Amino acid sequence: MRTSRTGRAGQYAALLAYLVFLAFPFLWLVSTAFKPPRELARLHPTWIPEDPTLANFRQAFDEQPLLDAALNSLAAALGTAVIAVLLATPMAYVMARRRTRLARAATGWVVVSQAFPLVLVIIPLFLVLKNLRLIDSMTGLVMVYVVWALPFALWMLVGYVRAVPRELEEAAAVDGAGRLRTLVSVTAPLLAPGLVATALFAFVTAWNEFFFALVLLKTPEKQTLPVVLTHFIGAEGVADLGPLAAAAFLATLPSLVVFALIQRRITGGMLTGAVKS
Amino acid sequence: MTSVTEAERPAARAPRPGGERRVTDRGAWFLVLPALLPILILSVGPLLYGILLSFTDAQSGRTEATRWIGGLNFQDLLHDTLFWESFRIGLVWAVAVTVPQFLLALGLALLLNQDLRLRWLARALAIVPWAMPEVVVGVMWRLVYAPDAGILNETLRDLGLGDGRDWLSGLGTALPAVVVVGVWAGMPTTTVALLAGLQNTPRELHEAAAVDGAGAWRRFRTVTWPALRPVALSITALNLIWNFNSFALVYVLTSGGPGGRTRLPMLFAYEEAFRYGQFGYAAAMGCVMVAAVSVLLAVLLAGRLRGGEAA
Repeated sequence: MRTSRTGRAGQYAALLAYLVFLAFPFLWLVSTAFKPPRELARLHPTWIPEDPTLANFRQAFDEQPLLDAALNSLAAALGTAVIAVLLATPMAYVMARRRTRLARAATGWVVVSQAFPLVLVIIPLFLVLKNLRLIDSMTGLVMVYVVWALPFALWMLVGYVRAVPRELEEAAAVDGAGRLRTLVSVTAPLLAPGLVATALFAFVTAWNEFFFALVLLKTPEKQTLPVVLTHFIGAEGVADLGPLAAAAFLATLPSLVVFALIQRRITGGMLTGAVKS
Repeated sequence: MTSVTEAERPAARAPRPGGERRVTDRGAWFLVLPALLPILILSVGPLLYGILLSFTDAQSGRTEATRWIGGLNFQDLLHDTLFWESFRIGLVWAVAVTVPQFLLALGLALLLNQDLRLRWLARALAIVPWAMPEVVVGVMWRLVYAPDAGILNETLRDLGLGDGRDWLSGLGTALPAVVVVGVWAGMPTTTVALLAGLQNTPRELHEAAAVDGAGAWRRFRTVTWPALRPVALSITALNLIWNFNSFALVYVLTSGGPGGRTRLPMLFAYEEAFRYGQFGYAAAMGCVMVAAVSVLLAVLLAGRLRGGEAA
C-alpha cells in the first residue's frame, strides 16, 4: 500500500515519540545508578553522569543482602520454569489433541485465574503453608509460583502442540511407531523450542513476581530481589536514590537478557495464543 | 476458542489411520493429573477456602479459635467508608489506565503493522516494560518523579514550567502520576494482543478497500476495526480486571498514599490481612472484588459471543 511522503514522516515521528516514551525511564534508571552521591544531591541533574562511579552498587550490596536475594530469585525462577513445564506439557498435549470437557474447563480456568484478586488466594495459601511449615521457604514459594505459572504455560504450550502437524504423528503411527516412540522421536523435537520458550516465560514471571514473595518470605536473607528492592525505600517513603537505582538495575538485567533471547518466541507465543483463543 | 474447535470437529470424527493408538481416556487422565492436581490443590482450593474464610472471624494470631460469623464481615464492609473509597479509587484507576493504554497501544500496533524501517527495534522495545519486574518499574518511575534529582522536574524547569513538585506526595498529583506509570507498564501486552489481531486481518481486504478509493479512516472503520473488535474487547476487559487488581506498582510508588489517595483495593486488603491480621475481613474484601470482576467477565464473555465466528 502506498503512503504519502508526509504520511510516512508522520509515522516515523510517532514511532520516535513512542520509542522515547518507552525508553526514557529506563535510561534515567541507568543514569542514576552510575551517579556519585554528589551529583544525585544536586538540583540540576544531568542525563550523563559527569563522574560515573560504581559506588552505588557497592553501597547497595553493603546495605542489603543483594547476593542472597539474587540467588533466591534464581532458585525460584529456575525451579518454577522446570517444574511448570514438566507438569504442563502432558496436559497441554491432551488439551491440544483432544477436545475433552476437561480441556474446555482448563481453558476456562486460564481466563478465570487471570481474574480473581490474589488477596483472596493468598490468605488461605498463607494459612496452609504455615501449617506445613513452608512459610519463609523456597519450596513453598516455588509451589505457589508453579501453580501460578501453569495457566499461561498451558495456554502457550497448547499453541505450540497445535503447531506440530497431526499428520506427522499419524504418519509415524502408520509406519508402526508406538505411541511413546512417536511422542519421543517425532513430537518432542518439534516441540522443543516451544518448551524452551515456555520455560523462559515462566522463569521471567517468577523472577519478576512480588506479591506472593512479599507475603510468604519473612527473613531478609530468604527474600527474593523484588522484595529486597523495596527495603531500599524507607518506612516514610524516603529512598536513597543511588543504591536504589543500582539495585533495581541489577534486578532487571537477568529478565532483560532472557527476554532478549526469546523476544521473538514470546511475541510469537503470545500471538499464537491470542489468535487461537 | 470456539471457531478453532468447530473447525477441528470433522477431522476428529473421521476415522484415522492408527486410530486405535489414540490416547485412551485413562491415558489422558494420567497425562492431565500432574498439572491438574496442583491447580486444584493450590489454586482452586485456596479460592474456595478464601470464600469460606470471609464468613469467619479468622485473625492471623489465633486461627485455631476461628468462628463462623455468617455475613457479619460483609455487613461491616458495607459500612466501611474507607473500603468503598478505595473501591472507587480502584475503579477510577482501572478506567484511567485502561483507556489511554488501549488508545496508545492501538496506535502503536497500527504503526508496527506498517512496513517501517525501525519496526523490528520498535517491536522489541515495545515489550520491554513487560519484561521488567513491576517493582523495578515502580522504582524507575520514582526516580523520574523525584522532586530534585528527577528528570521530570528538571525537564519542566528547563521548559520554564514551574519549579517542580513532589508528584507522588501531592494530594492532587499522586493518582495521575501513578496512572501514567500504569499506562506505561501495561502497554506491551495490549500492543502485542492488538498486533496479533491486526495480523489476522486479511491484507487483501485492505488492498481491495484501497483500490475502491477508501481513505485511511474508512479503511480502519470498515476493514480493520470489525476484524480487531473481538481481540480489542477481550484485552480491554482483561486490562480493566488486571488494573483493578493491581498491587506491586502502586505499593512501590506510593504505598497507597498520600492520605489514601492511591490506595487501591488490593493494597487495602493486603494491609487489612497482613498488617492488622484481619484474615476474615480481608477475605470478604476479596470476595467483593471478585464479584465486581465477575460483572466485567460476564460483559467480556457476552461481547465475545456477539463477536461470534470472528473470535
